Amino acid sequence: MTIKLGVPSKGRLMEKTFDWFGARGVTLTRTGSDREYAGAVDGVEGVDLVLLSAGEIPRELAAGRIHLGVTGNDLIQEKLVQWDQKVEPLAPLGFGHANLIVAVPQCWVDVDTLDDLDGAAAAFRARHGFRMRIATKYHRLVRDYLRRGGVADYQLVDSQGATEGTVKNLTAEAIADITSTGETLRANHLKILDEPPVLESQATLFRSRVAAKSDQDRLVLRALIDRLGV
Amino acid sequence: MLQGQPDKSRARRAAEIICDGFVADGAARFETDILLPAEVLLDLYGEDIRARAYVTSDPERGEMMLRPDFTVPVVQYHMAGDGLPASYTYFGEVFRKQEDHPDRRSEYMQVGYEAFGGADAAVADADVFGRFSDVLAPLGLRAATGDIGILIAMVAGLRTTEDRRTALMRHIWRPGRFTALVKRFAGLTPVPAARASLLALDAPLPDSSVMIGLRSEREISTRIDALRADAAQAPMSAEDVDLISAVLAVSETCPNALEHLRDIAVDLPGLLPALDRFEARCEAMAKRGVDVDALPFEASYGRTSMEYYDGFVFGFYSESRPDLPPVATGGRYDALTRRLGQGREIPAVGGVIRPDLVRDLGGLA
Repeated sequence: MTIKLGVPSKGRLMEKTFDWFGARGVTLTRTGSDREYAGAVDGVEGVDLVLLSAGEIPRELAAGRIHLGVTGNDLIQEKLVQWDQKVEPLAPLGFGHANLIVAVPQCWVDVDTLDDLDGAAAAFRARHGFRMRIATKYHRLVRDYLRRGGVADYQLVDSQGATEGTVKNLTAEAIADITSTGETLRANHLKILDEPPVLESQATLFRSRVAAKSDQDRLVLRALIDRLGV
Repeated sequence: MLQGQPDKSRARRAAEIICDGFVADGAARFETDILLPAEVLLDLYGEDIRARAYVTSDPERGEMMLRPDFTVPVVQYHMAGDGLPASYTYFGEVFRKQEDHPDRRSEYMQVGYEAFGGADAAVADADVFGRFSDVLAPLGLRAATGDIGILIAMVAGLRTTEDRRTALMRHIWRPGRFTALVKRFAGLTPVPAARASLLALDAPLPDSSVMIGLRSEREISTRIDALRADAAQAPMSAEDVDLISAVLAVSETCPNALEHLRDIAVDLPGLLPALDRFEARCEAMAKRGVDVDALPFEASYGRTSMEYYDGFVFGFYSESRPDLPPVATGGRYDALTRRLGQGREIPAVGGVIRPDLVRDLGGLA
């Protein structure tokens, strides 16, 4: 057995993760061709690198197929029921910052708070005969947030990409999505509600609470965690 | 801790016995599909039901839902018929996600009894409660009762604007939001800065070049007019805020609760018709042999349930197993028959028992 470390398999998230580990004396590298998802770990013995889509890392941690994993806490909290019983956050990595927010058209000058959103939703339903549609892929987090905020008369519609375009395309009235700078929102004539975000997210190193470990694995994990200083 | 797999055949047997008892008293057996069209349920219960029911899809029929309860199908069945008074009993599996309580069963049996068209609501309420009370008597459960009709009457009787009463009425089932609105209307929380600056503008409407989405400029201006009108109104009085708190805090035996609410009604006379109904129900219950003098009444009971109860509500709980969900719940849902009745409405009251929990608690024998 070895300790399995899951990290995002491509893009800036992968590069920044490699940098973060590298700065702590653990060198992660992709091996083989550019297209092959294989990797190596140097600087500590007994650790395997597993390259995965960031969206699959929560599931792999919860299933215990990887011992450590790097992903956003937005994905952990959306995808895992009672996430804190399945994984433990070891360290925020200081990049991949993004907020999960609710945004409405800029032209809705009368809507700035959840209280307004609820009022507008009631009137919208009475006028149009269906519940106000909010496009998102974060169904659980957003539903929880809106319930706590006392918003009624809305419905979530699934949007797995280009969510900011749904309002203009008349498939939703508002959206809930991840944003870091808000630029895409502005370009699509949307504004963020003047409320605390649904969630503040960043890339985080998580430990699986359920992955099986031999005594040897425990030592390796201890050594890795010591080396990383987390 | 996992409860383990439900012993389905034992729960089914317990369900059959209870159901047979209702049939012997004249109820008709009702059966319905497990896979139900999601649209009616979603329209009725909103997004909350997605968090609690299993939604799946059929390539031809669209979104379908694994039966979260029998109430909607039984109401639809009755409303499609001749409309004469009738009572129904049923049992079968229902499915509820348990994200907040993963230790609870997500598939379990329900036995139900629903009575439609009882001309005397007090008698019908007392009869349903009495039946459930009789069936469950061997378990020694604690009963809880309430009356959403009293809360509706409370809101309808407030001395404030129609818009404010409508907003409060909409949120009776969301206690947190209800309280926030009361405070806002009473001027106890500051107006949000964005709202204040919007109302300070002469012409706050957006530049039409950036209009996007289905919600039109007209709808936006209509809401701004409503906000302006509301801002010009006097805040709701401190007395009314106190009356709301006093009503919601009532929690004592039925006779004491009635007396207490009658005291409150001196300053909130709109409560009186609902209190007369409460009193008539207490009398009907006593006549049916229910120990009303010892029966608890909580004015806030039933506010957080997802169901469409709009009158009498009740539940039965195990005091020795506070970890369990209620063993039985029920209430009056006249408004639901109006929503599903396409113009017709029929008074309706009923409830469900969980035979698996009955078994867990030792059974009825």
